[in-house]
Amino acid sequence: MTINPNQTIKFSPMHRLQWEEAQQKNVILYPEGMVELNQSSAEILKCCDGTRNLAQIVSDLEQKFATTGIANDITAFLEVALKNGWIQQN
Amino acid sequence: MAGSNKINITPPRWLLAELTYACPLQCPYCANPIDYAKYQSELDTEDWKRVLTQARKMGAVQLGFSGGEPLTRKDLPELVKHARDLGYYSNLITSGYGLTEEKIVQLKEAGLDHIQVSIQASTQELNDHIAGTASFEHKKDVAHLVKKHGYPMVLCVVIHRENIHQMPQILEMAEELGADYLELANTQYYGWAHANRDLLLPTKAQFDQAEQIAQAFKEKVEGKMKIYYVVPDFYEDRPKACMNGWATTFLTIAPDGVALPCHSARELPGLDCPNVKDYSIEQIWNESKTFNFFRGFEWMKEPCSSCDEKEKDFGGCRCQAYLLSGDMYAADPVCSKSPNHHVIQEAIDSAKASALADNEKPLIFRNSKNSRLLS
Repeated sequence: MTINPNQTIKFSPMHRLQWEEAQQKNVILYPEGMVELNQSSAEILKCCDGTRNLAQIVSDLEQKFATTGIANDITAFLEVALKNGWIQQN
Repeated sequence: MAGSNKINITPPRWLLAELTYACPLQCPYCANPIDYAKYQSELDTEDWKRVLTQARKMGAVQLGFSGGEPLTRKDLPELVKHARDLGYYSNLITSGYGLTEEKIVQLKEAGLDHIQVSIQASTQELNDHIAGTASFEHKKDVAHLVKKHGYPMVLCVVIHRENIHQMPQILEMAEELGADYLELANTQYYGWAHANRDLLLPTKAQFDQAEQIAQAFKEKVEGKMKIYYVVPDFYEDRPKACMNGWATTFLTIAPDGVALPCHSARELPGLDCPNVKDYSIEQIWNESKTFNFFRGFEWMKEPCSSCDEKEKDFGGCRCQAYLLSGDMYAADPVCSKSPNHHVIQEAIDSAKASALADNEKPLIFRNSKNSRLLS
């Protein structure tokens, strides 16, 4: 599965992304399961709000963290996220 | 033996709230204890709210409302709402019996995240026979309504000798109903399933064939439906890492308020399981004798104590060790290193003989009458 660069990306309504105080990390919750996220994965998923496509997410995160050259990492992670059903495109 | 202060205690992540032992179904593999009928009292709404609050504070995040049939509790929407306010991801584990569209909407508004519906077979005749209740058509309606109202839909089918031949039809049914997740749970032989094992345990050939079919289907539906396959541990060489290790992750609260490291643990002798009416969840989890009993590795006997796989499977399941060998400290007999491993082959042979016998004894259905007779 690959990310379509022209379409916006949104977090799946069948999953929940939330901050866990006890674990001090963001997690994805779904039926009988939980994935613990590191900080960068969580930052990427928070951008998946249905208003931005891949290029916009990359540029927003590069700006937010004052960095460049993270496009490949972001794309690779989003492809994993798409395969796992955490995000959707339409 | 049990417990040690040096052991690093991890907080609970999973809370199973068994709201009641009452159930309109009579499945002969029910995971409730055989003697459930003697536990008549149920926690009230305020008790449950306190339990949810305390466990959440410690870090529990996945919450299962189970039973019995949790829908028989009138306060379910109130408990769901409380759970949502606390930030739980809440799962309703139901037979679907008594679930109306109105209730599905009400629970959604209260904040329920997901509904798992059990179906006993792919045909009405077999489903209604196994469930001991005419319920097949209603369950299918419920599955459609769950989807219609935007819940992730998890279909759970417990697999055993009576329905294992229906594997292709079961998969087809899951696809037709639009399941997002399909749990194919090979029967685990505790409680009622243990009592009915001769009639429920399939042969190795039946397992292998069913698993092959399920595996091919899994590849076909990848990206559309997720399959949870619960392995039949009687045909494995190594035991399951039961509960991810004793009191590391899972906390079960029984209908009467007894706190358990797994839902079968109240059948183990001498554990003195604490009640949430007497202690806080924090005291129970961190300090109780029960929860510290099999933490760590000091309690182990040979061949577990010197085994290089003990950190992987924790010696297997304590309840299974007790049920099959009479010794809850022993290695799970599923393990081929266990001196009691022969009991597994004996169980398999006995079930096979039963299947071939002219007069197979009938299934013992899970109901209060049989519960009193057997305990």
